[in-house]
Amino acid sequence: MWFFTDEEKEIQRTCREFAKNEIAPYAEKHDTDETFNLDAFKKMAELGLLGITSDPEYGGAGLGATAATIVMEEFGRACPGLTLSYLAHTILCVNNLNSNGSKEQKEKYLPKLISGEMIGCMGMSEPEYGSDAVGMQTKATKNASGYSITGNKMWITNAQYADLVYLYTRTGPGKKDLTTFLVEKGTPGFSVSKEIHKMGMRGSPTGELSFENCQVPESARVGSEGDSVIHMMKNLEIERITIAGISLGVAQACTEQCIKYAGERKQFGKNLANFQMIQKMIAEMASETEMLKRFLYTVCYEYDHGNRDNVLASMVKLEVPKRATKIALDAIQLHGGYGYSREFPVERLMRDNKLNEIGAGTNEVMIMIIAKNLLNEALRS
Amino acid sequence: MNELQLELTNSLRKYCQDKIEPFMEEDDASGKFRPEIFKGLGEYGVTGVPLPEEFGGANLSYTDFAYVLREIAKYSAPYAVTLSVSTMVQNIINEFGNQDQKEKYLPPLTSGQEIGAFCLSESHAGSDAASLKMTAKKTQGGYILNGSKMWITSAGVASTYFVTARTGGEGAKGISAFIVQAGTKGFSIGKKEKKMGFRTSPTCEILFENCFIPEENLLGQEGEGFKYAMSGLDRGRISIGAIACGLAQRSLDESVKYSLERKQFQQEIFNFQGLQFMMADMATEVSASWLMVLEAARLFDAKNSDSKLASMAKLKSTDVAMKVTTDAVQIFGGAGYTSEYPVERYMRDAKVMQIFEGTNQIQRVVIARALKKEHQ
Repeated sequence: MWFFTDEEKEIQRTCREFAKNEIAPYAEKHDTDETFNLDAFKKMAELGLLGITSDPEYGGAGLGATAATIVMEEFGRACPGLTLSYLAHTILCVNNLNSNGSKEQKEKYLPKLISGEMIGCMGMSEPEYGSDAVGMQTKATKNASGYSITGNKMWITNAQYADLVYLYTRTGPGKKDLTTFLVEKGTPGFSVSKEIHKMGMRGSPTGELSFENCQVPESARVGSEGDSVIHMMKNLEIERITIAGISLGVAQACTEQCIKYAGERKQFGKNLANFQMIQKMIAEMASETEMLKRFLYTVCYEYDHGNRDNVLASMVKLEVPKRATKIALDAIQLHGGYGYSREFPVERLMRDNKLNEIGAGTNEVMIMIIAKNLLNEALRS
Repeated sequence: MNELQLELTNSLRKYCQDKIEPFMEEDDASGKFRPEIFKGLGEYGVTGVPLPEEFGGANLSYTDFAYVLREIAKYSAPYAVTLSVSTMVQNIINEFGNQDQKEKYLPPLTSGQEIGAFCLSESHAGSDAASLKMTAKKTQGGYILNGSKMWITSAGVASTYFVTARTGGEGAKGISAFIVQAGTKGFSIGKKEKKMGFRTSPTCEILFENCFIPEENLLGQEGEGFKYAMSGLDRGRISIGAIACGLAQRSLDESVKYSLERKQFQQEIFNFQGLQFMMADMATEVSASWLMVLEAARLFDAKNSDSKLASMAKLKSTDVAMKVTTDAVQIFGGAGYTSEYPVERYMRDAKVMQIFEGTNQIQRVVIARALKKEHQ
């Protein structure tokens, strides 16, 4: 984009190169085996990407939504699964800790998380509370030595690898009586109870977290009791924007792959590129991708310049993943039988991208948020 | 639905629920095909539905067959396709084969003891099937086949293969059709495809290396093979349409059921108008495509076959299956994305239906060609 700073352009170049060499060649393997490319993840630390939005005093890069989204897009082109794990670590765990943790908490964890020594995850959804996340029932009960936590967290990205959970719990009966904790792996009573097998994003481990009278000290609490909703609100926009970045990468990769294939595959004695139906598909996917890119990065730019707009971020989260799924489905169609096989990446990109319409707030929740904001007055009268 | 169709689908449903459904999740993960499932369908008398009784068929209509396929597809689209392809091969042999060929090859297929496979596509000849390169060279007492076929459904588990190869010059008129049996010297199964979905149905490359086929295995006349293949596909479109409708109907049924059970914000998610409208649209589309399929089948049964409508039915119902299965995953949310619920598998299965037996792009070519013809 024309307004990228030199630093952002440099990140784009570096990430594209890194994705080509360290991520793309292994994406199919990790999808098939349902394994995590830990090696590439650790190398991201060397590039200084694991704390891209965090404060430099803890090892972070101190950059904004634009830079983070560039990373998502570039990695998302190659392997959305690994990128989702990167997002769960860098944005959902590290970025939240950076903006909400105390000085002591940040000193204790951020350098290790940013150097890749520790892997982080965030615990919000529960088996019975997905879209209705604030209805969560995992309880933290105050006692003499801190808090005792009991409950289950579902669909947790990085669960099996996480050394630290940025955890939301309930500390009272009121809707907003939610409190945040930092729970370390190995704390008695905390375990990963189930591995979840998925349609896509198979290169990103997903599990269920179990807490049974898990005792944590008071120093593990982030902020005060009842602060969770404020914490959540603070970073909602960047979470929605960055996950859309992965989908933009999917749309880009699919469009490029189709252009390449249309110039290679011959049917009826000529390249597919000669058929008007193929031209239409490619022209439309390219237009749509271009539109999504400009929409997404414009919202990033505004975010970085002080306009943190919840409605715009929700619109980005709704439109980019939704349209990327359509583009990826068309890309499979354009590749025909080959597109359906695992020889080409498009079917994996489609399976991976579907998650982005569900995770971090479903399309339906985005619609609800957008509508509620737009109709605020009308709903009251 | 008439009484016979009702009875047929009711008894089939029980078989599908007991003998097919329980294995589909694990077989999808491991890519396993179970021959006993197919043989069991044979015992229900549905492996040769539209074939004459003389050769072990049930002598029923294509409409009856559409009901059968739709019912099976509610539990497994891949097994329904194994059946529809095997039946397509039987139809071609029945229509264009001689008495000896029919007597020899049809009974084991109609009884479900054996499976038929259809070999037309090659790596460079997908939508442009008439450009196929595999050769059949005339020799004493028969033909020598050389080349390879790609994306062959039921490869390795089928015993009777309908194979197209070039005996003459370029184009459709240089193509002849043969019946090749598994185990023939020079015939071998190549690489198995790793696919996005339809993983219980094996799809492989088939290799022919100096594969000698006796003269009596030539189907019909030399140079007519492409015509036979197209005639099979013409009917196949109705079958695929019916299967797509079964898959979509099941996804809709699961969505309604789940949305009435799942609670968020202290109420069933069915109560949200956003979801109600989604499901109303899904139901409307599923009904519309099923009516198209039934009408195409009815015209076929009335010997008034309309290939444009058959193409439209295949195009519409498979596009609808894709949309409806995708929406079903969305309605299930995070749960739908995991293998604990079947809807993500339905979505992966749906995609190939827009590609095989003539991509939906080719269906549009057929439809447009028919439109032009009607106005000339």
